[in-house]
Order: sequence, then C-alpha cells, then structure tokens
Amino acid sequence: MSSVTDVGPVPATRTTTGKPRPDRKPRGNVVFAVIAWVVGLLFFTPIAWMVLTSFHSEADAATNPPSLAAPLTLQGYREFFGASSGASPWPPLANSLTASLVSTALVLLLSFPAAYALSIRPVEKWTDVLFFFLSTKMLPVVAGLLPVYLFAKSVHLLDNIWLLAIFYTAMNLPIAVWMMRSFLAEVPVEMLEAAAMDGANLPRILRQVVAPVVMPGIAATSLICFIFSWNELLFARVLTATRAQTAPVFLTGFVTSQGLFLAKVCAASLVVSLPVLIAGFAAQDKLVQGLSLGAVK
Amino acid sequence: MSVAVGSTTRPAGSRDQKAQQRSDARSRRVPLLPALVFTIILTQLPFVVTLVISFMNWNAYYPEERGFAGISNFVRVFTDEAMRHSVWVTIVLTATVVIVSLVLGMLIALLLDRKFRGRAAVRTMMIAPFLVVPVAAALVWKHALFNPEYGLFNGVITAVWNLFGMSNPPQPDWISLAPLVSIEMALIWQWTPFMMLILLAGLQGRPLDVIEAASIDGASGWQIFRYMTFPHLRQYLELGGLLGSIYVVQTFDAVFVITSGGLGTANLPFIIYQTFYNAQDYGRASAAGVVVVVGTIAIATFALRTVSTLFREEGGR
Repeated sequence: MSSVTDVGPVPATRTTTGKPRPDRKPRGNVVFAVIAWVVGLLFFTPIAWMVLTSFHSEADAATNPPSLAAPLTLQGYREFFGASSGASPWPPLANSLTASLVSTALVLLLSFPAAYALSIRPVEKWTDVLFFFLSTKMLPVVAGLLPVYLFAKSVHLLDNIWLLAIFYTAMNLPIAVWMMRSFLAEVPVEMLEAAAMDGANLPRILRQVVAPVVMPGIAATSLICFIFSWNELLFARVLTATRAQTAPVFLTGFVTSQGLFLAKVCAASLVVSLPVLIAGFAAQDKLVQGLSLGAVK
Repeated sequence: MSVAVGSTTRPAGSRDQKAQQRSDARSRRVPLLPALVFTIILTQLPFVVTLVISFMNWNAYYPEERGFAGISNFVRVFTDEAMRHSVWVTIVLTATVVIVSLVLGMLIALLLDRKFRGRAAVRTMMIAPFLVVPVAAALVWKHALFNPEYGLFNGVITAVWNLFGMSNPPQPDWISLAPLVSIEMALIWQWTPFMMLILLAGLQGRPLDVIEAASIDGASGWQIFRYMTFPHLRQYLELGGLLGSIYVVQTFDAVFVITSGGLGTANLPFIIYQTFYNAQDYGRASAAGVVVVVGTIAIATFALRTVSTLFREEGGR
C-alpha cells in the first residue's frame, strides 16, 4: 500500500524542497502570493476565454492572433437559442432540470432513512452494507448499459426523461448514502432518545428531530447529486433521442466543426454550465464535503 | 402443532426475548431496505444480464443468428487489437490524470494554505474548472483552445511571435499531434481543482499548535512538511486518488468530444459504447463489459481496503 501511494507525491515534495524555508520572510510571502495568483489566473484562462469569445461576433472570435478588444455582441447567444437554425435548446435544458431535480429528490428520499439504519440505529453488519454501496460505484456503468437499454426498449420507455431520472437515482444513491451516513453519525444520541421516549415513530423522528440538525448535510448531498445528474452524458446519449434529450446530449451536436461557430459553441457551453457554476460557487464549502463523501468536513 | 406448543411452554421467557430481538433487528432493517433493494435491482441485475449476454451470439443487425456462443466473444475481445489497445489507453489515461492532478492539486493547496491578498479570489478561480459541465469543457478545449487556425494556444503563439517581430510562428495541430495528451490536459484541468479542494481541507485540519512548536524548536520548513504535513496529508491523498480513479476510469465525455475515439484514443468505456451502439454487437460489447468489471474488481478490492482503513481511523476518533 505504502509503495503505491508514495509514488504520486514524490515529485511534489521535491519541487517544494527549498520553498517553505523563506516562509517567515515577508519577501517570500510576496513571491508565493504572486505564484498563487499566476496559477489561479492560468486555470481560469480557458473560462475567461470562453466567456469573452461567447460575446464576440463569429468573425472576431476566429482571428489569429486573438482580438481581445473586439466589440461585444449577443449574436452567439442568439444563434445558440435558435435564431437561424430554429433548434431551441430550451427543451433539452428543461429535460436536464427535470432529470436532475427528480433524481435528487428520490435520492434524498431513499438515502435519508438508509443512512439512519447505518448510523443512528444500525443494522447488523452495517459496515458491510456501507461498503456494498460504495462497491457498486466502482463498477463501470458502461458494463450495465446494454441491459438497461434493452430493458428500456422492451417496455417502450426509450426517450423518456423519467426513466433517465430513475437511473440517475441509482447512479447517485451510493454516494448519497455515504454522505448522509457521515452527517447522521454526528447527531447527538440524547436528542434521539428523548424523541423515542415521547413515542415518536420513525418518519416523525427523521422529519422533526434528525432533518433540522443535518440540514447542511442534506444541502451538500443535494448539490452533489444535482451536479452529477446534470453533467451525465453516456446514459443520456444511449437512452434518449429527440424528446427526452438532455443538455449535454444537445451539446454533442457541436462536436464536429461547422464553419465559423466558435462564439456559438462558447455561448452554449456557458449557458449549459451556468446552473452548476452558480450552485457550486454558492456552496463552495459544501462541495468539499460532498466530493469526499462526507469524510472531509 | 400441539406438540410444538407443549414443548415450548417452559422456555417461554427466552423465546420472547428472541422474538423481541428478531423484531428489533427487523425494525432496524426496514428503513434500509428501499435503498438497498433499489440499488441491487438497478446496479447488480444489469451486470447479471451482461454476463448472460456475453456468452451469446447476438448482433441486432443479424437477429436470426441469435444463440449460445460459448466463449467466442471473450476470445474476440482478447484477440482484437483495438480492444486490447483500449485497455492500455484506459490505464495510461487514468494514471496520468489522477497522478498529475494530485501533484498539482497538492502544490496549489500548499500555496492557498498561506494567507495572502486575494486568497478567496484565487480559490474561487481555481474551483471554476471543476464546475464546467464536462461536455462543455471538452468542447471549449477542442474548438476554442486546441484549434490550429483560431484556437487560443496558436493565437498566443502568433501574438508572441508578432511581439518580437518574427514571422512564421509555429502553428501545431495539437489534437492530431498528441491526441491522448490533449484529452489528458483537458481532464487534468478539470480534476486538479477537485484534488486541491480535498487536500486544502486536509491542510486546514492540521494541528497548528504542534507545527508552531516544531518551528520554534528550530525545525525547517522542509522538515515540517516531510515529517508533519505530509504524513497528515497522506490519507487525504489516498482519498483523492481513490475517488479520482473511480471517476476518471469511466471517462467518456472528453474522449467522445475531443477525438471521437479516433487517433488511438478510444478507452474502454468508449469502445464498449461503440461496439454496442454503432456496431450493435451485443455479445461482444457484453464480453468486453465483463472483462472491465473483472479488472475493476481486482483494483477495487485494493481500493476498498484503503478506504476501510481510513474509515476505521475516522470511526476511532
């Protein structure tokens, strides 16, 4: 175990060798601040470029060298929303929203009681159950894709957004169970005992005692499930066609170049990413908790 | 019946106790069952079907030839050059993206762990790449950055060349020149923020008083990093590596968008998708799926052991 995990970080430790030493000198701090800014700007450049290009005309977007100060226009957005092609992105966006919200709600509904049975009033061998959930996440989804497709075809549910929402629920449920469990494990036992003494039944305990305490955890779980559902491409591409097409599937229409269309591509990429960008920025700290399955608080 | 009643009259107390235990265990299981049953039906059942189809001769283009195929699908998977190459691509892609993102993520987390002017702004800028929808990110990299005629990379090269009054700037076609590296770059750009976030959280959970004491005792910055920060970060590195591997090994979007699986960049998820969706060869796609699952189980067993150590430490606290 140690030999494998040591491989990655070795170059990192080497490059930082001399660095921490000037730590306590103010000049060293300035140098590190400058490096941090440069790295941050470098990582942000593709996004800044995407935003800027989306507000340029197609002709200005396709110059070499790039024309940074070209006049701004909404032409790219008008084109994306179907000004000349007539193909509106609104139905795919609405489909994505439906699949993401429905699956997130289902995930919460299923994972919340399950997390209770894995932490507060645990079943026998609850660790085995927990690891079973995690192990399902390690199996590549692509290997289960064909049976899912054949099933959808046989029950005439291909191109149906609700079926997609059900599969997104299965996709996110293991992550949600892990996250919720880590949050529920911190609920003080006395609170629950008092509630049980009062003769409250399980749905009431969950709703009135546990839920208010783990609200931040529920928020983090929802955020992660929403983002993963919104981003998903493989299942959506195989299971949907024209009616239930989601936003990422709509975006694959831009894979092959179509003459001058850079501003339109950038506008499309930005619009589709906007819900995730907003949700993610609004809940930066939740993001960390969620991504680490609740292990990092 | 009567016999049974007679024989159980005496140990009535213990029977009640047992019944109570059983009903207690049952009531504990009830809240778990919906999620468990749902997961088993939707994630385990498909794999069983895949396993069955992998032994069948089934191509949707030739429906009349459907039947038992023995191990011929598996033989074709292992003898097929493209399939074997995709295994290699998957390993290289996953290892490169996870390791480079971890190293970069750690360096950036160390930078952001210090106080400096605008730290929150830099942190926000760093997170942004992870919040771009993967398909959109791949589109932007393909068309707006890598494009040889009007992409940003070649545009910057031209601008720099013009600045120094030189003519004929090099204008490489990035994707044709290094297709797999192009995909890896786009993925590393998206996954470095993920690693950074986990490692930054780890760094901020360090016991600062101990580190302060060490530095007062004359420990150098390097010594503090090597003997205090790094051992503390290790479990976060393992967590980031494990989660990153789970997600990156399944990469489909970036391959589909940037190269469409061409130029030798088809990884296993892409090639299985292609075999099933385009070639409609259900038998062979399933056999490849089974091979992937077996390979993943081998890796996952190791990975799960890592997590369970982490998990036990967490529980012990």
